[in-house]
Amino acid sequence: MSTSESALRLPSSSVALDLRAAPVLIRGEATGHGEGGPAPKRIVVGFGFWIFLLSDIVMFSAFFASYAVLGDATAGGPTAAQLFDLRNVQIETACLLLSSFCCGIASLAVEQRYQQLTQLALLVTGLLGLAFLALEVQEFAGLIARGAGPSRSAFLSSFFALVGCHGAHITAGLLWLGTMMAQFYAKGFRPDICRRYLCFSLFWHALDIIWVAIFTIVYLIGVRP
Amino acid sequence: MNDITPAVDDGSTDDLAPGQRGAGQPGFAAGLRSYLIGLALAGGLTVAAFWAAQTHLIYGPAVSMALVTLGIAQMGIHLVFFLHITTAPDNTNNVLALAFGILIVFFIVSGSLWIMSNMNHMAVPMQEMMRMQP
Repeated sequence: MSTSESALRLPSSSVALDLRAAPVLIRGEATGHGEGGPAPKRIVVGFGFWIFLLSDIVMFSAFFASYAVLGDATAGGPTAAQLFDLRNVQIETACLLLSSFCCGIASLAVEQRYQQLTQLALLVTGLLGLAFLALEVQEFAGLIARGAGPSRSAFLSSFFALVGCHGAHITAGLLWLGTMMAQFYAKGFRPDICRRYLCFSLFWHALDIIWVAIFTIVYLIGVRP
Repeated sequence: MNDITPAVDDGSTDDLAPGQRGAGQPGFAAGLRSYLIGLALAGGLTVAAFWAAQTHLIYGPAVSMALVTLGIAQMGIHLVFFLHITTAPDNTNNVLALAFGILIVFFIVSGSLWIMSNMNHMAVPMQEMMRMQP
Protein backbone atom coordinates (compact mmCIF):
# COMPACT_ATOMS: atom_id res chain seq x y z
CA MET A 1 0.00 0.00 0.00
CA SER A 2 2.72 2.49 0.96
CA THR A 3 4.75 1.89 -2.18
CA SER A 4 1.81 2.39 -4.48
CA GLU A 5 0.89 5.49 -2.52
CA SER A 6 4.31 7.05 -3.02
CA ALA A 7 4.35 6.06 -6.67
CA LEU A 8 1.15 7.94 -7.22
CA ARG A 9 2.44 11.19 -5.69
CA LEU A 10 2.75 13.86 -8.33
CA PRO A 11 6.51 14.37 -8.78
CA SER A 12 6.80 18.16 -9.11
CA SER A 13 4.06 19.26 -6.80
CA SER A 14 3.17 19.21 -3.17
CA VAL A 15 -0.30 17.88 -3.91
CA ALA A 16 -0.60 14.16 -3.13
CA LEU A 17 -3.47 11.91 -4.03
CA ASP A 18 -5.29 10.81 -0.91
CA LEU A 19 -5.94 7.18 -1.66
CA ARG A 20 -8.01 6.65 1.47
CA ALA A 21 -10.63 8.93 0.00
CA ALA A 22 -11.09 6.57 -2.93
CA PRO A 23 -10.68 3.07 -1.55
CA VAL A 24 -12.92 1.62 -4.21
CA LEU A 25 -10.49 2.41 -6.99
CA ILE A 26 -7.80 0.22 -5.48
CA ARG A 27 -10.01 -2.81 -5.07
CA GLY A 28 -9.34 -5.49 -7.59
CA GLU A 29 -12.90 -6.69 -7.76
CA ALA A 30 -16.24 -5.00 -7.35
CA THR A 31 -18.50 -5.98 -4.48
CA GLY A 32 -21.70 -6.26 -6.47
CA HIS A 33 -23.25 -3.49 -4.39
CA GLY A 34 -22.69 -0.86 -7.03
CA GLU A 35 -19.19 0.10 -5.87
CA GLY A 36 -16.17 -0.15 -8.09
CA GLY A 37 -17.95 -0.82 -11.35
CA PRO A 38 -19.93 -3.79 -12.57
CA ALA A 39 -20.21 -6.95 -10.47
CA PRO A 40 -17.80 -9.82 -11.27
CA LYS A 41 -18.81 -12.15 -14.05
CA ARG A 42 -19.59 -14.98 -11.63
CA ILE A 43 -22.33 -12.81 -10.07
CA VAL A 44 -23.66 -11.48 -13.38
CA VAL A 45 -23.93 -14.95 -14.92
CA GLY A 46 -25.30 -16.65 -11.80
CA PHE A 47 -27.83 -13.92 -11.03
CA GLY A 48 -28.98 -13.69 -14.64
CA PHE A 49 -29.60 -17.43 -14.72
CA TRP A 50 -31.40 -17.16 -11.38
CA ILE A 51 -33.78 -14.62 -12.93
CA PHE A 52 -34.38 -17.01 -15.85
CA LEU A 53 -35.13 -19.85 -13.43
CA LEU A 54 -37.61 -17.71 -11.52
CA SER A 55 -39.39 -16.79 -14.76
CA ASP A 56 -39.42 -20.49 -15.62
CA ILE A 57 -41.04 -21.18 -12.25
CA VAL A 58 -43.62 -18.47 -12.97
CA MET A 59 -44.39 -20.29 -16.24
CA PHE A 60 -44.81 -23.55 -14.32
CA SER A 61 -47.15 -21.78 -11.91
CA ALA A 62 -49.49 -21.09 -14.86
CA PHE A 63 -49.54 -24.83 -15.62
CA PHE A 64 -50.17 -25.54 -11.93
CA ALA A 65 -53.01 -23.02 -11.95
CA SER A 66 -54.63 -24.64 -14.98
CA TYR A 67 -54.29 -28.08 -13.36
CA ALA A 68 -55.85 -26.77 -10.16
CA VAL A 69 -58.74 -25.24 -12.10
CA LEU A 70 -59.32 -28.24 -14.39
CA GLY A 71 -58.56 -31.04 -11.91
CA ASP A 72 -62.23 -31.96 -11.54
CA ALA A 73 -63.14 -31.58 -15.23
CA THR A 74 -62.85 -35.27 -16.08
CA ALA A 75 -65.68 -35.22 -18.68
CA GLY A 76 -66.90 -38.60 -17.46
CA GLY A 77 -63.44 -40.08 -17.95
CA PRO A 78 -61.10 -41.59 -15.37
CA THR A 79 -60.17 -39.54 -12.30
CA ALA A 80 -56.75 -39.05 -10.73
CA ALA A 81 -57.48 -41.63 -8.04
CA GLN A 82 -58.23 -44.26 -10.70
CA LEU A 83 -55.17 -43.51 -12.82
CA PHE A 84 -52.14 -42.74 -10.69
CA ASP A 85 -49.87 -45.35 -9.13
CA LEU A 86 -48.19 -43.87 -6.06
CA ARG A 87 -45.59 -46.65 -6.00
CA ASN A 88 -44.24 -45.43 -9.34
CA VAL A 89 -44.24 -41.82 -8.12
CA GLN A 90 -42.28 -42.87 -5.02
CA ILE A 91 -39.50 -44.36 -7.13
CA GLU A 92 -39.48 -41.33 -9.45
CA THR A 93 -39.18 -39.02 -6.44
CA ALA A 94 -36.32 -41.04 -4.96
CA CYS A 95 -34.48 -40.98 -8.31
CA LEU A 96 -34.77 -37.23 -8.67
CA LEU A 97 -33.82 -36.46 -5.05
CA LEU A 98 -30.72 -38.67 -5.23
CA SER A 99 -29.89 -37.14 -8.62
CA SER A 100 -30.04 -33.67 -7.08
CA PHE A 101 -27.79 -34.85 -4.24
CA CYS A 102 -25.22 -36.28 -6.69
CA CYS A 103 -25.30 -32.98 -8.59
CA GLY A 104 -24.33 -31.32 -5.28
CA ILE A 105 -21.44 -33.78 -4.85
CA ALA A 106 -20.32 -32.87 -8.38
CA SER A 107 -20.40 -29.18 -7.40
CA LEU A 108 -18.04 -29.95 -4.49
CA ALA A 109 -15.77 -31.94 -6.79
CA VAL A 110 -15.68 -29.03 -9.26
CA GLU A 111 -14.73 -26.67 -6.41
CA GLN A 112 -11.83 -28.95 -5.52
CA ARG A 113 -10.91 -29.59 -9.18
CA TYR A 114 -11.28 -33.38 -8.83
CA GLN A 115 -11.73 -34.47 -12.45
CA GLN A 116 -12.56 -38.15 -11.82
CA LEU A 117 -15.02 -37.47 -9.00
CA THR A 118 -16.68 -34.76 -11.09
CA GLN A 119 -17.18 -37.15 -13.98
CA LEU A 120 -18.40 -39.96 -11.72
CA ALA A 121 -20.86 -37.78 -9.79
CA LEU A 122 -22.22 -36.27 -13.01
CA LEU A 123 -22.57 -39.74 -14.52
CA VAL A 124 -24.63 -40.95 -11.54
CA THR A 125 -26.66 -37.71 -11.66
CA GLY A 126 -27.42 -38.35 -15.33
CA LEU A 127 -28.26 -42.04 -14.88
CA LEU A 128 -30.71 -41.26 -12.07
CA GLY A 129 -32.26 -38.52 -14.22
CA LEU A 130 -32.53 -40.99 -17.08
CA ALA A 131 -34.21 -43.54 -14.79
CA PHE A 132 -36.72 -40.86 -13.76
CA LEU A 133 -37.42 -40.01 -17.37
CA ALA A 134 -37.86 -43.68 -18.33
CA LEU A 135 -40.40 -44.18 -15.53
CA GLU A 136 -42.30 -41.08 -16.61
CA VAL A 137 -42.40 -42.11 -20.27
CA GLN A 138 -43.58 -45.56 -19.19
CA GLU A 139 -46.34 -43.98 -17.10
CA PHE A 140 -47.44 -41.74 -19.98
CA ALA A 141 -47.44 -44.65 -22.42
CA GLY A 142 -49.52 -46.72 -19.98
CA LEU A 143 -52.06 -43.93 -19.58
CA ILE A 144 -52.39 -43.40 -23.33
CA ALA A 145 -52.73 -47.16 -23.89
CA ARG A 146 -55.63 -47.19 -21.40
CA GLY A 147 -57.40 -44.50 -23.37
CA ALA A 148 -56.48 -41.80 -20.86
CA GLY A 149 -54.41 -39.64 -23.20
CA PRO A 150 -54.23 -35.85 -23.17
CA SER A 151 -57.29 -35.56 -25.43
CA ARG A 152 -59.60 -37.55 -23.12
CA SER A 153 -60.56 -34.72 -20.74
CA ALA A 154 -59.52 -31.23 -19.63
CA PHE A 155 -58.11 -32.79 -16.46
CA LEU A 156 -55.82 -35.08 -18.48
CA SER A 157 -54.82 -32.25 -20.85
CA SER A 158 -53.66 -30.15 -17.92
CA PHE A 159 -51.94 -33.17 -16.33
CA PHE A 160 -49.95 -34.03 -19.47
CA ALA A 161 -49.09 -30.35 -20.04
CA LEU A 162 -47.76 -29.84 -16.51
CA VAL A 163 -45.91 -33.12 -15.95
CA GLY A 164 -44.81 -33.29 -19.59
CA CYS A 165 -43.34 -29.79 -19.37
CA HIS A 166 -41.30 -30.90 -16.35
CA GLY A 167 -40.21 -34.00 -18.26
CA ALA A 168 -39.14 -31.84 -21.21
CA HIS A 169 -37.04 -29.75 -18.83
CA ILE A 170 -35.42 -32.92 -17.47
CA THR A 171 -34.63 -34.04 -21.03
CA ALA A 172 -33.00 -30.69 -21.81
CA GLY A 173 -31.13 -30.91 -18.50
CA LEU A 174 -29.76 -34.35 -19.42
CA LEU A 175 -28.44 -33.00 -22.73
CA TRP A 176 -26.83 -30.09 -20.87
CA LEU A 177 -25.36 -32.53 -18.32
CA GLY A 178 -23.72 -34.58 -21.07
CA THR A 179 -22.31 -31.39 -22.55
CA MET A 180 -20.87 -30.38 -19.16
CA MET A 181 -19.17 -33.78 -18.73
CA ALA A 182 -17.60 -33.48 -22.17
CA GLN A 183 -16.48 -29.89 -21.57
CA PHE A 184 -14.94 -30.65 -18.16
CA TYR A 185 -13.11 -33.55 -19.79
CA ALA A 186 -11.92 -31.68 -22.87
CA LYS A 187 -11.38 -28.16 -21.55
CA GLY A 188 -10.71 -28.71 -17.86
CA PHE A 189 -11.89 -26.46 -15.04
CA ARG A 190 -11.74 -23.20 -16.96
CA PRO A 191 -13.57 -20.30 -15.27
CA ASP A 192 -16.17 -20.04 -18.03
CA ILE A 193 -16.88 -23.79 -17.88
CA CYS A 194 -17.21 -23.57 -14.08
CA ARG A 195 -19.69 -20.69 -14.42
CA ARG A 196 -21.66 -22.78 -16.92
CA TYR A 197 -21.68 -25.64 -14.42
CA LEU A 198 -22.94 -23.30 -11.68
CA CYS A 199 -25.93 -22.50 -13.94
CA PHE A 200 -26.49 -26.20 -14.66
CA SER A 201 -26.54 -27.09 -10.96
CA LEU A 202 -29.06 -24.29 -10.32
CA PHE A 203 -31.22 -25.65 -13.15
CA TRP A 204 -31.09 -29.23 -11.89
CA HIS A 205 -31.85 -28.34 -8.27
CA ALA A 206 -34.72 -26.06 -9.37
CA LEU A 207 -36.25 -28.94 -11.37
CA ASP A 208 -36.24 -31.04 -8.21
CA ILE A 209 -38.06 -28.23 -6.36
CA ILE A 210 -40.71 -28.17 -9.10
CA TRP A 211 -41.04 -31.95 -8.83
CA VAL A 212 -41.75 -31.55 -5.09
CA ALA A 213 -44.70 -29.32 -6.02
CA ILE A 214 -45.83 -31.82 -8.69
CA PHE A 215 -45.79 -34.92 -6.50
CA THR A 216 -47.52 -33.03 -3.70
CA ILE A 217 -50.28 -31.35 -5.70
CA VAL A 218 -50.80 -33.62 -8.71
CA TYR A 219 -50.21 -37.04 -7.22
CA LEU A 220 -50.62 -37.01 -3.42
CA ILE A 221 -53.47 -34.50 -3.20
CA GLY A 222 -54.86 -35.54 -6.60
CA VAL A 223 -55.54 -39.16 -5.62
CA ARG A 224 -57.37 -38.19 -2.43
CA PRO A 225 -61.11 -38.90 -2.63
CA MET B 1 -9.92 -16.00 -7.23
CA ASN B 2 -11.61 -18.98 -8.81
CA ASP B 3 -15.07 -18.54 -10.12
CA ILE B 4 -16.79 -21.28 -8.17
CA THR B 5 -14.72 -21.66 -5.00
CA PRO B 6 -16.37 -20.47 -1.80
CA ALA B 7 -15.72 -16.83 -1.01
CA VAL B 8 -12.82 -16.17 1.34
CA ASP B 9 -13.94 -15.09 4.80
CA ASP B 10 -11.99 -11.85 4.93
CA GLY B 11 -14.82 -9.72 6.24
CA SER B 12 -15.58 -8.42 2.78
CA THR B 13 -19.18 -7.93 1.73
CA ASP B 14 -18.87 -9.31 -1.78
CA ASP B 15 -22.07 -10.81 -3.08
CA LEU B 16 -22.48 -14.51 -3.72
CA ALA B 17 -23.89 -15.88 -6.94
CA PRO B 18 -27.00 -18.02 -6.42
CA GLY B 19 -25.93 -21.62 -5.90
CA GLN B 20 -22.51 -20.57 -4.67
CA ARG B 21 -21.53 -21.83 -1.24
CA GLY B 22 -20.78 -19.21 1.40
CA ALA B 23 -17.58 -18.78 3.36
CA GLY B 24 -18.92 -20.53 6.46
CA GLN B 25 -18.27 -24.06 5.17
CA PRO B 26 -15.08 -24.30 3.14
CA GLY B 27 -13.62 -27.60 1.99
CA PHE B 28 -14.99 -30.85 0.64
CA ALA B 29 -15.90 -32.55 3.93
CA ALA B 30 -17.93 -29.65 5.31
CA GLY B 31 -19.74 -29.30 2.00
CA LEU B 32 -20.47 -33.02 1.89
CA ARG B 33 -21.87 -32.89 5.43
CA SER B 34 -24.18 -30.04 4.44
CA TYR B 35 -25.45 -31.94 1.39
CA LEU B 36 -25.97 -35.09 3.50
CA ILE B 37 -28.01 -33.13 6.05
CA GLY B 38 -30.07 -31.71 3.19
CA LEU B 39 -30.60 -35.16 1.68
CA ALA B 40 -31.66 -36.63 5.03
CA LEU B 41 -34.13 -33.80 5.75
CA ALA B 42 -35.58 -33.79 2.22
CA GLY B 43 -35.86 -37.60 2.23
CA GLY B 44 -37.55 -37.53 5.63
CA LEU B 45 -40.08 -34.95 4.47
CA THR B 46 -40.78 -36.96 1.29
CA VAL B 47 -41.41 -40.12 3.30
CA ALA B 48 -43.62 -38.14 5.70
CA ALA B 49 -45.64 -36.74 2.78
CA PHE B 50 -46.24 -40.17 1.22
CA TRP B 51 -47.13 -41.55 4.64
CA ALA B 52 -49.54 -38.69 5.37
CA ALA B 53 -51.29 -39.22 2.04
CA GLN B 54 -52.03 -42.88 2.74
CA THR B 55 -52.56 -43.05 6.48
CA HIS B 56 -55.89 -42.99 8.28
CA LEU B 57 -54.40 -41.52 11.45
CA ILE B 58 -54.84 -37.92 10.27
CA TYR B 59 -58.26 -36.27 10.16
CA GLY B 60 -59.27 -36.61 6.50
CA PRO B 61 -59.99 -32.99 5.48
CA ALA B 62 -56.71 -31.86 7.11
CA VAL B 63 -54.49 -34.12 5.01
CA SER B 64 -54.29 -31.74 2.04
CA MET B 65 -53.10 -28.91 4.26
CA ALA B 66 -50.55 -31.24 5.89
CA LEU B 67 -49.25 -32.24 2.43
CA VAL B 68 -48.94 -28.62 1.30
CA THR B 69 -47.08 -27.77 4.51
CA LEU B 70 -44.67 -30.70 4.07
CA GLY B 71 -44.13 -29.71 0.42
CA ILE B 72 -43.31 -26.10 1.28
CA ALA B 73 -40.95 -27.27 4.04
CA GLN B 74 -39.15 -29.54 1.59
CA MET B 75 -38.79 -26.72 -0.94
CA GLY B 76 -37.21 -24.64 1.83
CA ILE B 77 -34.77 -27.46 2.61
CA HIS B 78 -33.82 -27.67 -1.07
CA LEU B 79 -33.30 -23.91 -1.28
CA VAL B 80 -31.07 -23.81 1.80
CA PHE B 81 -29.02 -26.99 1.48
CA PHE B 82 -28.86 -27.52 -2.31
CA LEU B 83 -29.15 -24.00 -3.73
CA HIS B 84 -27.35 -22.33 -0.77
CA ILE B 85 -29.83 -19.46 -0.54
CA THR B 86 -29.39 -17.78 2.84
CA THR B 87 -30.56 -14.60 4.52
CA ALA B 88 -26.99 -13.28 4.81
CA PRO B 89 -26.22 -9.82 3.36
CA ASP B 90 -24.22 -11.39 0.51
CA ASN B 91 -27.44 -13.04 -0.70
CA THR B 92 -29.78 -10.04 -0.63
CA ASN B 93 -30.20 -9.80 -4.39
CA ASN B 94 -30.89 -13.52 -4.75
CA VAL B 95 -33.47 -13.54 -1.95
CA LEU B 96 -35.24 -10.44 -3.27
CA ALA B 97 -35.51 -11.95 -6.75
CA LEU B 98 -36.84 -15.16 -5.20
CA ALA B 99 -39.38 -13.23 -3.12
CA PHE B 100 -40.62 -11.43 -6.22
CA GLY B 101 -40.93 -14.76 -8.08
CA ILE B 102 -42.94 -16.25 -5.22
CA LEU B 103 -45.22 -13.20 -5.20
CA ILE B 104 -45.99 -13.62 -8.92
CA VAL B 105 -46.55 -17.37 -8.48
CA PHE B 106 -48.96 -16.62 -5.65
CA PHE B 107 -50.86 -14.09 -7.79
CA ILE B 108 -51.15 -16.47 -10.75
CA VAL B 109 -52.26 -19.53 -8.79
CA SER B 110 -54.58 -17.90 -6.26
CA GLY B 111 -55.95 -15.44 -8.83
CA SER B 112 -56.77 -18.21 -11.32
CA LEU B 113 -58.50 -20.31 -8.65
CA TRP B 114 -60.47 -17.34 -7.36
CA ILE B 115 -61.64 -16.09 -10.77
CA MET B 116 -62.49 -19.55 -12.11
CA SER B 117 -64.44 -20.58 -9.01
CA ASN B 118 -66.38 -17.33 -9.25
CA MET B 119 -67.14 -17.96 -12.92
CA ASN B 120 -68.25 -21.52 -12.18
CA HIS B 121 -70.50 -20.16 -9.50
CA MET B 122 -72.08 -17.57 -11.79
CA ALA B 123 -72.37 -19.80 -14.86
CA VAL B 124 -75.76 -21.15 -15.89
CA PRO B 125 -75.89 -24.92 -15.30
CA MET B 126 -75.96 -27.10 -18.39
CA GLN B 127 -79.55 -28.44 -17.92
CA GLU B 128 -80.82 -24.90 -17.47
CA MET B 129 -79.03 -23.92 -20.67
CA MET B 130 -80.69 -26.79 -22.59
CA ARG B 131 -84.16 -25.78 -21.40
CA MET B 132 -83.56 -22.21 -22.52
CA GLN B 133 -83.06 -23.38 -26.10
CA PRO B 134 -86.15 -22.67 -28.25
